[in-house]
Amino acid sequence: MDANEIYASLEKLFAGKVSDLKAEVLEPYLTVDKDAIVEICRFLCSAPGFKFEVLSDLTALDWPKEEKIQVVYHLFSYSHNHQIVLKVDLPRDNPKIATLENVWKVANWFEREVYDLFGVIFEGHSDLRRIMLPEDWVGYPLRKDYVEQEEYDGISTQRAPLVEKLLR
Amino acid sequence: MKPLINSLPETVFTTKIDDILNWGRASSQWYMLFGLACCAIELMQTGGPRADLDRFGAVPRATPRQSDLMIVAGTLTYKMAKRTKLLYDQMPDPKYVISMGSCSNCGGLFQLAYSVCKGVDKIVPVDVYVPGCPPRPEALTEGLLRIQDKMMRERWLVKPSRPAADQTEVSE
Repeated sequence: MDANEIYASLEKLFAGKVSDLKAEVLEPYLTVDKDAIVEICRFLCSAPGFKFEVLSDLTALDWPKEEKIQVVYHLFSYSHNHQIVLKVDLPRDNPKIATLENVWKVANWFEREVYDLFGVIFEGHSDLRRIMLPEDWVGYPLRKDYVEQEEYDGISTQRAPLVEKLLR
Repeated sequence: MKPLINSLPETVFTTKIDDILNWGRASSQWYMLFGLACCAIELMQTGGPRADLDRFGAVPRATPRQSDLMIVAGTLTYKMAKRTKLLYDQMPDPKYVISMGSCSNCGGLFQLAYSVCKGVDKIVPVDVYVPGCPPRPEALTEGLLRIQDKMMRERWLVKPSRPAADQTEVSE
């Protein structure tokens, strides 16, 4: 099934909740309504003909000018060898979305990573902690407006004088 | 009865106690297995048969409590920095540190990243910096020989005299 067919059937079943298909790119993507993400993903995961067994990646994008954070889901199906990318727009000042942990178990760690680096809150997540950075880290480093702290845990973040000069 | 020392001219020799202590220490530098990133591969090569660090008496130990030398091989993140300090504190004195490669010298290629510590010398004192990305086994061997030189200059019995205390306070 190619992206146009997937989009057509999704549009029929979830009218108004999917939009903006971009099919002529290497990995076709479509935008999903924030509140419908769990039901659409549960459908895509189990419905015959779709069978997206794998959530191969879950990541995010920061768009400071548009005031939004975009969460991106890469879905892949082994049984049908087709793929689709779902994107969800969240408000930048309060990014919250339901967890997909109950659909694909792997979402647990992916969501922790996105929480760690972008500060997106996944509601209903069983264990939403930082996964890579230390627990006492301040800020979300992959946001565009992230400012490095003067020091971390008493260790100065000062670089060599020449590098500091070039950075300025 | 003849004095013992003259009866064995071929096997008895005299030296300073400092020198023999240093000679013993310099010839058995046990280094801690502490590979953090790709430099660890070069560290393994240095321990391997071609460069053969073992011929200088340097053998890897898996615990800081048996180590004399810490070779920081690789990118040091802030999360690891705390652990590195802990491991350094667990090593018995006298202890030495080699900072191996650009990353542990100054953060190297990754120093603009938010998570990378800008040099291991920000957390523990470093004796020898080995440049390179990563350094070849020959370079690390050179670093080990520099540590040996430094060890041979140590003085244990007679500590170097400290600068005189403030005289004005004593006289009053």
